[in-house]
Amino acid sequence: MISFSDVSKRYPGGGEALRGVSFTLESGEFAFVTGRSGAGKSTLLKLIPAIERPTAGSVVVNGQNVGALKRAALPYLRRNLGLVFQDQKLLYDRTVYDNVMLPLAFSGQPPKEAARRVRAALDKVGLLERERANPIALSGGEQQRLAIARAVVNRPAVLVADEPTANLDAESAARILDIFVSFHQVGVTLLIATHDQALIERYGKRVLRLSDGKLAA
Amino acid sequence: MMAWLRQHRDALARAFGKLRAQRSASLLNALVIGVALSLPAGGYALLANLQLVAQRFTLDPQVSVFLKAEAKRGELEGRLRRDARVVQLRFVSREDALQELRRSEGLAEVVAALERNPLPDAFVVRARDGSAAALEAFAADVRTLPGVAQVQVDSAWAQRLGALARIGRLALAALAALLATGLVAVTFNTIRLQILTQREEIEVSQLLGATDAFIRRPFFYLGLLQGLAGGALGLAILLAGLATLNQGVRDLAQTYGSSFQLAFLSGTEALAVIGLSAFLGWLGALLSVSKYLR
Repeated sequence: MISFSDVSKRYPGGGEALRGVSFTLESGEFAFVTGRSGAGKSTLLKLIPAIERPTAGSVVVNGQNVGALKRAALPYLRRNLGLVFQDQKLLYDRTVYDNVMLPLAFSGQPPKEAARRVRAALDKVGLLERERANPIALSGGEQQRLAIARAVVNRPAVLVADEPTANLDAESAARILDIFVSFHQVGVTLLIATHDQALIERYGKRVLRLSDGKLAA
Repeated sequence: MMAWLRQHRDALARAFGKLRAQRSASLLNALVIGVALSLPAGGYALLANLQLVAQRFTLDPQVSVFLKAEAKRGELEGRLRRDARVVQLRFVSREDALQELRRSEGLAEVVAALERNPLPDAFVVRARDGSAAALEAFAADVRTLPGVAQVQVDSAWAQRLGALARIGRLALAALAALLATGLVAVTFNTIRLQILTQREEIEVSQLLGATDAFIRRPFFYLGLLQGLAGGALGLAILLAGLATLNQGVRDLAQTYGSSFQLAFLSGTEALAVIGLSAFLGWLGALLSVSKYLR
């Protein structure tokens, strides 16, 4: 499903964020990416939706070499990926409902079907009764769940989340992880970056450990 | 096809939403565009009216030859008939001229007040060559003939008016071009500000898989709508301005016994103004979007 071969990423004017990273994530697999701050977790995740492009090596998602995709092809790649950003990137000028509706507007879904999907996604993360609220009125955990609802509303086969439990208390974090597990159970491929060791140990899933831009065995 | 239509309807709705969200700013923008448009449109309307007046009086290349009271009509007529430059010759007796004057607008009372006929006999000559120079040369020759009191090139002032109107049109074209540029600049800047205030939404949309076309579409509609609103407002300003002017024109025309009124733009012209305004708005949006959306 996702395959990195010998991927390096150097930012202009900076050091090498990733060095010769290779791994393959099978369809339906659930893996954590871990490592200290600055180890390259975010960079690794950003290469998958081609927010960043590798300086060397290739990133293949669903059979497509995403590092070589033209700009015009990127929207179609991203619509098939569920992305949860480290800073969530919620829009505070509209309701919870409209935040989740945003990705459906791009693909031109029939309005009834779109509304149904938005409610289903909100229901899945337990925010259905808050659909008229502004995201600013939500707690940190709720905002994170909203970001997840928006990521899955297009029913992607792959879900990529960057530090989805950062700054959350243990209970909220567990609730988030439970949501991810439920997606895993219906066959969604998951890649989640976290530095929360306790969380990783509790779930006993595959771990990609990054250190200084390199993947530890 | 349905999806495509829905996307456009959706973009239009989003553009309307943005206009609504910034009601006063949108209104001010439309007003700026409207005022800028009303100037050349008003100038155009006035010139069109002026041309109408000029046309009403521009006849053929016609020269009036007024005779002295003691002139020998037969001899003069013979000389004029032999002149190769003359196409047509018509004699207007002083009685006929007075009759004609009596029928013409606003002069009936004046004629009625006359004790005796002050008009001379005249020949109305139509010349072969209608150019101003040829007519003047012909008039100068005729002036030297015996029995001729005065020669008048009737179309001269109409030609002068025409020339004036041509200069007016040129100045108007320059003004229109300048204001059109200004209009594009206004929309350009409005859309630029819109893009800046929506940076976040645009960024998130790009990350979540919006195509460039999807992101740009509402901005195009925004420019278009603003142009439309500005065009409509400009016409309204023009209509109000002409109505005000017409009050004065009516009073003035009445003193000449005329019912002359300034006419508004024709339906096609009014549509053209609105269409042009919408196009310029769209153009401003296009320039702004291609510069600031990447």
